[in-house]
Amino acid sequence: MITRFQIACKNLLRKKARTLLTLVGIMLSSWVLVSLLGFNRGYEQALNRDIDNMGYQLMVMAKGCPYEAATMMLQGGTGLRYIEQSMVDSIVNKPEVDKATPILMQAFFDPDKGDGGGIAGYFGVEAATFPAMKPFFRFRQGSWFHDERGAEAVMGFEAAELEQREVGDMILVPGKNVQLKVVGILERTGTQDDGTIFVPLKTLQKISATDKITTIGIKVKNDADSAKLENTLYQLPDVQVVSFTQVKQTIMKLIATARVMVLSIAIIALLIAMVGVVNTILMSVMERTHEIGILKTMGAMPGDIFFLVWTETLILCSCGGIAGISLALVFSRLSDILMRRILPYSPGGELVAIDSKLAVMTLAVIVVVGLLSGIYPAWKAGRVRPLESIRSEG
Amino acid sequence: MMTKDAVSLEARGLTRSYHRGNEEIRALDGVTLTIRRGDFVAFMGPSGSGKTTLVNLLGCLDNPTTGELELAGRSIFDGSKRLDEKALTRIRREVFGYIFQNFYLIPTLTVRENVALPLAFYKKPGVEEEVERLLKMLGMEHRMDHLPGQISGGEMQRVAIARALVNRPEILLADEPTGNLDTNRTAEIGEVLQDLNKNSGLTIVMVTHNPGLARLGGRLIEMRDGKAYEN
Repeated sequence: MITRFQIACKNLLRKKARTLLTLVGIMLSSWVLVSLLGFNRGYEQALNRDIDNMGYQLMVMAKGCPYEAATMMLQGGTGLRYIEQSMVDSIVNKPEVDKATPILMQAFFDPDKGDGGGIAGYFGVEAATFPAMKPFFRFRQGSWFHDERGAEAVMGFEAAELEQREVGDMILVPGKNVQLKVVGILERTGTQDDGTIFVPLKTLQKISATDKITTIGIKVKNDADSAKLENTLYQLPDVQVVSFTQVKQTIMKLIATARVMVLSIAIIALLIAMVGVVNTILMSVMERTHEIGILKTMGAMPGDIFFLVWTETLILCSCGGIAGISLALVFSRLSDILMRRILPYSPGGELVAIDSKLAVMTLAVIVVVGLLSGIYPAWKAGRVRPLESIRSEG
Repeated sequence: MMTKDAVSLEARGLTRSYHRGNEEIRALDGVTLTIRRGDFVAFMGPSGSGKTTLVNLLGCLDNPTTGELELAGRSIFDGSKRLDEKALTRIRREVFGYIFQNFYLIPTLTVRENVALPLAFYKKPGVEEEVERLLKMLGMEHRMDHLPGQISGGEMQRVAIARALVNRPEILLADEPTGNLDTNRTAEIGEVLQDLNKNSGLTIVMVTHNPGLARLGGRLIEMRDGKAYEN
């Protein structure tokens, strides 16, 4: 016995090259679609993770562009203005504040970093207050500083990997002729902290010849009114308050524009593939008019023929979709690298996040769009009249 | 179940007209005939005489313009009523088997699969074993897994006959079944049809140009200008 599914499969195999080309078209558009959807999701997750892993919801810093400041904070940039360290005491006493930590961000040009040199990001932090902001930090080797004024450093995972450092090694602060002893190396966090070198605040202030700081990180109490605290902080002279919720929203708004454009391209690619499906199935129906007529002579109802042709569309779209999604999964790391090269700012961690839910959802979209494309050829096939098809033979 | 000599098909005043521009062409002009169960009826006549049009109407592949047609006492057309495609299909799959000059086998399906094809859409009870039985009966058991492109024209028509019989039809309609075959293969197919009629009691309605094949049937009806003349 032969089933209708087997008949549909064999029909598709009749013109192998045409079927293969259509499959490739669906596969490519599925690949693009799932990669872009994965990127949308991955980028948002990575950005959220980066911001959440800052450990604080608010930053206080000297007046300037808040978004530039936030981006610098995320990317470990430099050029920020300074604020008085005494401000930390006045902030930490406010009822809404759970914790506050002073940070001095510095970036030094390291001629030995990468090809042609690069910026090395140094964070001056207090071992007494900073680790409580980052409870998710795990040490691969060693621990936090032993001395708040010591010539010590804790290296992020990638910073240590790049310089091939172990606990006990000495590192030279570029351009400052100061040596620091590595006392700890962090596990990978998937954030910008991986590329940062943490130094005791007092030590970095001494190296930078300042007694000030660039930033105060604030963790708000769970039940506290964050907006009210923001307003209170704005009363402090010459400071600005950066809320990471706002930063996140602004970055996501900027990305949303690009996302709409990119998704439009993906949808166009999908539509082109579906036009290919319509063409393939319609051609196949027209070539088989006599056979369809004979099937109807044998007792196949218009609905039987409709579903037979629809099954062919379903097979094409499912196979093409599964192949495209599989390729997207296999090459997601490559897509990640390419995206990072193109994007001006990319958060740490996985940028193209394709999970089983997204894969199934994309496949469902492809199959549904494919089935919609198959309606016309299937309807046309169902309408073939046996007598006319036999007559037209000759 | 109809008994031998029961009326299988009865046509009364069947006409079929076509329009070519403003001109009306009457392909069939008031044909009246009765076909009984177990008959082997052959229609002969020149091209355009209306024989294929008549067989198409008898086989419910088309609706007549006027006239009446009864199938085993059940009215199919009564002059004004025209059946829709679904209703015609339902009758076709329950009553008729068809074979054509061009065989119409599906090239990507094996002989076995081609014969089983009608069962994918409609299956009468108890026909599961019919595919192999028919292929054996028609001497095609050694070709079951071959593709149509790997067998001869005569063998292809045997496969088409097996396909037409797989759902145990009451009437076999054959439109020029040997039109594409040489003399030897024509004789073989003729024997098969005669055997099916004599031994299985199958009603056969055949259109042919071949006088030798036409003589195999018990009844010969000659078609001229859309009219039927039975010798």
